[in-house]
Amino acid sequence: MHFAFTTEQAELKRGARRFLASHCGSAQVRAAMGSAGGHDEAAWKSACELGWSALVTPETHGGAGLGWVELAAVAEETGRSLACLPFLSTVCLGANAVLAAGDEAQQREHLPRIASGEGRAALAFAEEASVDPVAITTVARDDAAGYVLSGTKRYVVDGATADLLIVTARSPATSGDDGVALFLVDARAPGVVREPVSTLDPTRRLATVELRDVHVGRGSRMGDAGVLRRILDRAAVALAAEALGGAERCLEMATDYAKTRIQFDRPIGSFQAIKHRLADMLVSVETARSAAYWAACVAASDDEHELPTAAALAKSYCTEAFFRCAAECVQIHGGIGFTWEHDAHLYLKRARASLSLLGSPARDRERIAHMIEAG
Amino acid sequence: MDLRFTPEEEAFRAEARQWLESALSGELASLRGRGGPGDEHEVFEPRLAWERKMGRDGWTCLSWSREHGGRGASLAQQVIFLEEYVRARAPGRVGHIGEGLIGPTIALFGTDAQKKRFLPPIVRGDEMWCQGYSEPNAGSDLANVQTRAVREGGDWVVTGQKIWTSHAQWSDWCFVLCRTDASAPKHKGLSYLLVPMRQPGIEVRPIQQLTGTSEFNEVFFDGARTPADHVVGEVNGGWAVAMATLAFERGASTLGQQLSFENELREILDVARHNGTMKDSAMRQRLAQAWIELKIMRLHALRTLTLAQTGELPREAMISKLYWSTWHRALGELAMDVLGADGAVSRGAHERLQRLFLFSRADTIYAGSSEIQRNLIGERALGLPR
Repeated sequence: MHFAFTTEQAELKRGARRFLASHCGSAQVRAAMGSAGGHDEAAWKSACELGWSALVTPETHGGAGLGWVELAAVAEETGRSLACLPFLSTVCLGANAVLAAGDEAQQREHLPRIASGEGRAALAFAEEASVDPVAITTVARDDAAGYVLSGTKRYVVDGATADLLIVTARSPATSGDDGVALFLVDARAPGVVREPVSTLDPTRRLATVELRDVHVGRGSRMGDAGVLRRILDRAAVALAAEALGGAERCLEMATDYAKTRIQFDRPIGSFQAIKHRLADMLVSVETARSAAYWAACVAASDDEHELPTAAALAKSYCTEAFFRCAAECVQIHGGIGFTWEHDAHLYLKRARASLSLLGSPARDRERIAHMIEAG
Repeated sequence: MDLRFTPEEEAFRAEARQWLESALSGELASLRGRGGPGDEHEVFEPRLAWERKMGRDGWTCLSWSREHGGRGASLAQQVIFLEEYVRARAPGRVGHIGEGLIGPTIALFGTDAQKKRFLPPIVRGDEMWCQGYSEPNAGSDLANVQTRAVREGGDWVVTGQKIWTSHAQWSDWCFVLCRTDASAPKHKGLSYLLVPMRQPGIEVRPIQQLTGTSEFNEVFFDGARTPADHVVGEVNGGWAVAMATLAFERGASTLGQQLSFENELREILDVARHNGTMKDSAMRQRLAQAWIELKIMRLHALRTLTLAQTGELPREAMISKLYWSTWHRALGELAMDVLGADGAVSRGAHERLQRLFLFSRADTIYAGSSEIQRNLIGERALGLPR
């Protein structure tokens, strides 16, 4: 048992931090979030050269063949910097979905494009006011050549910029888990209407994706409700790590400010009213780290029995920890923290948006309650 | 990063499980589930017999080096043993102060003679220890200790008063932080003495607590004596030794105690299932959150233990006391909410949970109050100015 990064994992993480410090600093993040697509294209190109797009793809499909611990290590760093990269959408959701649900032919077709950085993917699973993976009404009707998809997907991360959409839909006249599958859809196919929506979090773009009788081939269908849940649980583990990185950065910003901001002739960090808030933030950050790293180990081990618990635990705990730290960061900065110029608001918005990205903490806790109710 | 256990470690688990099963049978079977949090001071004599049985069979002080009478158990083996110990609902240890606090302190700072004299009886469960730190005017401000020790011939002679001393009534020895140079600055005139408890110069008086019971004591030293060589570390250098002991107390040695929290949460969940509280959506959220935070407590302890193997006390370890005490106090409140009106009735079937509620109010006070913990975290882990 060794509950710490290996030398190689630690080096990967340090490398990611160095890269992001030079490519995705505050000025670059602000430029990217104001750009048309919302991504820092140059930085993503360099990140792909470092192998981030290929991280969890097997070597047989042009990937690096690493696991979820390595993915979490990188996600933590992207969360820390708020880097505007399609890492969550393309790798943590997209490649994850094709890996988990795709057959050999589907993987061969799509994974190398993602791994090389050439392709960008988005997972369209949510619908109106619901992120329950099976509470969907998008329908996949059979036709002679394959399937016809119709419905509207909401809150699709990077949905407007992806070229591969992985869409959840159900067979006509089915309910619950029955008839649910994932479909590989070319984002430029006729009938796909993508509408970027304006977002609370300017560093992460969302889109509404309408499917108006979109025709896809037989070979585009993959997975089922169970596989979909595993995909979302694995993505939740990545989101938890990302939130951990954000929380830690908020603690650092607030701590640095508390050491240098002088009021009443003293650094404000010498006052217990501030010091104790920061101590509580450290408790949140370090316990969130224990949760996120454990969940990454579970995701890496293919333990299907423990994954739902690990995902629900880590995502709810880490995103709530991030929000608490982001809120405290604004408060400790005082007036400066309320300005557009300071980065504190970017973390506050990312934290708030992350709370409801893949289902709420309340829903995660309900999943845990269901599990412990059974005893 | 890998949390799995090896086949060798699983074999160790089987060995531990088997021993616990056979050891906790017959007369000793009734000890299962006794002496946990809130029950620490019950059935002492049978638990002392249990401690000695553990010692005879080689299951105390697992993490200690072989040289000191332990097994030199790896981190994974320690974790496995604690897991099995809790799983078997084996009784709360009475030797934890010796094994977890003074033993490691003597191993780190003691002379060879001290190691030879004091460590083996701890391993065997033959000598019980208590901690002489707090005084009426030295609680959070521990360095304000006023108990004095002066040299008289070949002895130290100790005079003063300690308070909140648990296990004092059963202890053979006390490690006493006392002032040996009144003219030195506060932190610099202290020494760490090992004082025999069974002598005329010592009086133990129980304190009646808000629980109505008396688990903590006052200890009065009136010319109590101990040989001159029973000082750990340098004379007037006791502060550093005392802090090292506190680090053991706040660090990883609490994993076993934390694991026993699982049994409490399980009892609360049983009540919640039985009385319908589990169907209430708000209570479901709180019960799930308690479960989540307990799981994280354990994960955090494992991560801290891994880091501690590299030597230094990481900042991860500094938060553990604040985290577990806050959680445990909240668990007491949750237990009362789950009990509902039943929680207002004493001596009922759920008295254990009522006791948990009352006892856990102490958790955020002893071993460094939450306020002191936050100061320490702020200043030592985050580098904030005093």
